[in-house]
Amino acid sequence: MSKIGKIAVRDRDPVSSLQDFLKLLLEKGTVEAVLVQQRLPINNSVMPALVTDVEKLGWADPLAPAFPLNAARMLSRLTRKPLDAPIAAVMRPCEIRAFIELVKLKQGSAENVILISADCLGAYGNTDYAKVSGLGAGTQSTLAFHRNVISGKGTATEDADISAACKSCEHPVADNADVTIGLLGTNLEESLILIANTQKGRKLLDDLGVKEEDESLDLRRKAVEGLLSERVAYRDRMFERTSAAVSDMEKLMNYLGACVNCYNCRVACPVCYCRECVFTTDVFDHEPAQYLRWAKRKGALKMPTDTVFYHLTRLAHMSAACIGCGQCSNACPNEVPVMELFRTVAHGVQGVFGYSAGASLEEEPPLSVFHEKEFSEVTGGID
Amino acid sequence: MADYEPTIIAFVCNWCTYTAADLAGTSRLVQPANVRMVRMMCTGMVDPKYIIKALLEGADAVLVSGCHPGDCHYINGNLKARRRMKLLKEILPKFGFDERRLKMTWIGASEGIDFAETIRKMTAEVKVLGQNDLRTRMVL
Repeated sequence: MSKIGKIAVRDRDPVSSLQDFLKLLLEKGTVEAVLVQQRLPINNSVMPALVTDVEKLGWADPLAPAFPLNAARMLSRLTRKPLDAPIAAVMRPCEIRAFIELVKLKQGSAENVILISADCLGAYGNTDYAKVSGLGAGTQSTLAFHRNVISGKGTATEDADISAACKSCEHPVADNADVTIGLLGTNLEESLILIANTQKGRKLLDDLGVKEEDESLDLRRKAVEGLLSERVAYRDRMFERTSAAVSDMEKLMNYLGACVNCYNCRVACPVCYCRECVFTTDVFDHEPAQYLRWAKRKGALKMPTDTVFYHLTRLAHMSAACIGCGQCSNACPNEVPVMELFRTVAHGVQGVFGYSAGASLEEEPPLSVFHEKEFSEVTGGID
Repeated sequence: MADYEPTIIAFVCNWCTYTAADLAGTSRLVQPANVRMVRMMCTGMVDPKYIIKALLEGADAVLVSGCHPGDCHYINGNLKARRRMKLLKEILPKFGFDERRLKMTWIGASEGIDFAETIRKMTAEVKVLGQNDLRTRMVL
């Protein structure tokens, strides 16, 4: 099923060559629109945009190390009703995985969508990205970032580095996208690899007239393995640190101490699936007298209340679906290390249910299925 | 500490365990008065946040009890509840909660004796675990 092709890079500029590839999609009428990270004419910032005009793809910057929000949510908006014509979505691997979770939760459909994903070398948090992108206009900072990473100089600049979520991400490659754009193990200034992982992806490459290459993927495999071992090591250290930092209620309260119940982490979370969150309903508009009763019982009542309750509930609700994109931490105004906590717990939860969030459409979300005989230890060995 | 009276919050299914509790009462079975019962239509509607809230407010233990597998009035709510309990038993111990403070049992409508016995045993077990001091402590 898999097919390997190539994008030749012209003028040593992989970004404009990728733009050309995307333009071809619109020109040939293969898709009606492309959802892709786009450089905004203002402020040199980057946001997902739904592009139908070929010329406008000249602003596309799918490789920019910016991750303002998880675009899975945007794609879910586009696909909650059947699409008349196919669209292509160019997203990061974690956005693809979040979208797969949303499709399984019936909050989107992959039917008329072609998922395209480039290898992800990481992205900066929103405030850090503003520092990085300011250095050069247009896609200059994107090109510089990729040159540095591929040549081994790393992701850190003087005053910024990619987010902890990216440093600990063990999914830099989206094998579950229809088409993967391979950067790892290639010379970015010469060519990029195209890999069709699905029938849909293969058809797309055929339609575009991409020639099948007899390319060995050994270099790529090696580069991916190297990156993975680095990231897994970082991740495991992070798990260990975080587990120790929250190992009892006192410590957990310390950990969440700066939280002001703004719920930004929930808004930013692509897999927090409730249309209306209970924490913003009148269930939590407690009676004034109730606050006083609590205060009397405990001697002092922190206001706003229910901070730990909120985070624990969110953990119970979505840790099985957490794909580790780190947007929760990106959205936190007070630098609470939410991502670290959620990833640590999610790793355990997904392990218990033998589930890998976002890996495939076939795997059922753990809390939507059950078996007659399982987990008998929960009920004292009786089932 | 050994002498304190624990508070156990029990989320029980209307069709089975609640009826069993009723039977235990009308049969005049002697059982400790440590349980505060919340009658649910099905254990399948016990959201994890009810259990988390109970523990954060200082409940010493939480019991979720429903129909035996195969007997659920709503076909399989009890099996869904079991997965949620498994989830909480994975998450809450990471924050220092003793897993034994979370209990799930199957008690059918006719099993009043079982119900009384479960409560007796659970109360004794929870006494050994000691008090959940969150009741009188400020929780953020």
